[in-house]
Amino acid sequence: MNPISFLTQMLRIAVPYLFAAGGGVVAERAGIISLALEGFMLTGAFSATLGVHYTGSPWIGLLCGIFGGLIFGLIHAVATIRYRADHVVSGIAINLLAIGVTRFFLKLAFDSSSNSPRIEGFGGNQAWYGFDNPLLWMGILVAPVLAYFLYRTPFGLRARAVGEHPAAAASVGVKVAKVQYIAVATSGMLAALGGVFLALDQHQFTDQMTAGRGFIAVAAVIFGRWDPVRAAIACLFFAAAETLQIQLQGTQLIPSQFIVMIPYLLTIIALAGVVGRAVPPAALGKTE
Amino acid sequence: MREKLEEALFPPVVALLVALICGDLLIMSYGQSPATVYRLLLEGTWGNAYGFGQVLYKATTLTFTGLAVSIGIRAGLFNVGAESQLAAGGFLAGLLGLALSPSFPLALAIPACILAAAVGGGLVGAVPGYLKVRFGAHEVIVTIMLNFVVLALLNWIVAGHLHVPETLHTPEIRNGGIARLSSFIPAFHGSAANLTIVVALITAGLLWLHLFRSRRGYELRAVGLQPEVAEYGGVKVGSTLMRAMILSGAIAGLGGINYVLGYKGYYEEGFAGGAGFLGIAVALVGRNHPVGVVIAALFFATLSQGGLAIHALVPKQLVDVLQGVVILAVAMSVPEVRSALRKARKPVAA
Repeated sequence: MNPISFLTQMLRIAVPYLFAAGGGVVAERAGIISLALEGFMLTGAFSATLGVHYTGSPWIGLLCGIFGGLIFGLIHAVATIRYRADHVVSGIAINLLAIGVTRFFLKLAFDSSSNSPRIEGFGGNQAWYGFDNPLLWMGILVAPVLAYFLYRTPFGLRARAVGEHPAAAASVGVKVAKVQYIAVATSGMLAALGGVFLALDQHQFTDQMTAGRGFIAVAAVIFGRWDPVRAAIACLFFAAAETLQIQLQGTQLIPSQFIVMIPYLLTIIALAGVVGRAVPPAALGKTE
Repeated sequence: MREKLEEALFPPVVALLVALICGDLLIMSYGQSPATVYRLLLEGTWGNAYGFGQVLYKATTLTFTGLAVSIGIRAGLFNVGAESQLAAGGFLAGLLGLALSPSFPLALAIPACILAAAVGGGLVGAVPGYLKVRFGAHEVIVTIMLNFVVLALLNWIVAGHLHVPETLHTPEIRNGGIARLSSFIPAFHGSAANLTIVVALITAGLLWLHLFRSRRGYELRAVGLQPEVAEYGGVKVGSTLMRAMILSGAIAGLGGINYVLGYKGYYEEGFAGGAGFLGIAVALVGRNHPVGVVIAALFFATLSQGGLAIHALVPKQLVDVLQGVVILAVAMSVPEVRSALRKARKPVAA
């Protein structure tokens, strides 16, 4: 097994997770459960595809993807913050809505129920092993940048306060709803970037192309105990397991289904507290 | 009574209106007339026997998953695992149907297979229940993660050991098949509707009795409303939660017989096809009441079958959008309606 090809393949698999898990950490630290990551990613992938298809520019596609994620992030924010909808229900509804909306407009724009035509992507020079893709670098930078924002800036402090004890935060003048709106909108845009990477990397949009990656990101958030850097490490770890599975394909050493289970099983184990307890932000999911 | 009914009925009505408006806009964006599309939708579902049979078939599975989710919510638990519980139930029922010899009396084989389905779903439901009670692990995340684990496990068993070559399904069951409705009412010919619908209605009835006419059901609802108060009143919260989660899983598992015993006669990978997740929508719109769940299941089944009927005019994907809109709108209007009604009823302070 070639270590360089292993590392680059792992990184390529990890990038969507890194973006989405970063989004998940931001929203959840501010107290909003984000099961909608999957939907944000899917919307991001589709809007980016539309953007690239009509302009030919991956950069405009990237902006369109961010915009799609922003819209869906704001829907989740309005539902959970303004209307106090149950966070879990809203998240699941957004995932279904994203599947429906992308399918409907896939049919409308490209007259297909399975995939878009081929679109341009970033990079593509074989000699660079994928490192000529700016989205790859952005994905790597998500965790350190988020860690800086959450732990070293006033906004980060406010966001964490809102997620732990909104009433206390409000009593010292923090605008709880505003902080949460910003956090959830950011989470929508970040997760959407994960989808943008997928669509541009595969040079097309396919129906439900995110295929549960948003939930792997949720798993990484919990496994990383709501810390951006630890969540990113969890993403890399899950991606490594997946890469191993791809590279071992055909050897029948371990059935692929068992490798698929790894992130999910680890998350369950982490939640059960067998190896240190995963404790969520205190006010996570509270709607009052 | 009237107040409770208002609080229960307003959100779905609001959601329906919102969905209608969204549907109108999308249909018009496609250059069609909403009235024509909706008429076609109704004609293709309730307007002919085949379409109606398909609606009944789809509503049957959704009734089970909706009841499963709703009993969880009644106990304060959010079971997002109905999808894999449904699959596990169907799998065990299919396995037993495969193992039983054809000479085994059908009158015993069917109940045995139904029981197997409940056991399959119940086992999958027991895991998050145990982890919640023993370790305090949040059931939402555990059930989501368990969906992936259980589906991968079933996939491994079927793909690796049990499938018919070139397919994703097991061989046909040898015993325990449930009769189609078309063998009693020929008009249903071709539709998948089968007698599982009777099992679904009986389950809904029993669940109503359990929730509202039994001590255990009272305890379950008490735990769902205020666990601390229930505990103070002598209810064993832990075992009540455990029981609720197992029951929820078992009911979702029962849904598996609709496809495996009643329709295809074999277990197939991916047969659940999102019915478990849609069960959340059904429970939500049905306001967690067995009667409401049955009505909501019919509604979502009509939408899903109706998508096929309107496909000539607008893409059937329209109904996927509307499903999401309905769930979101109900979720958003429940707290809103509650506080608005409470405000309206509050006597004017002197």
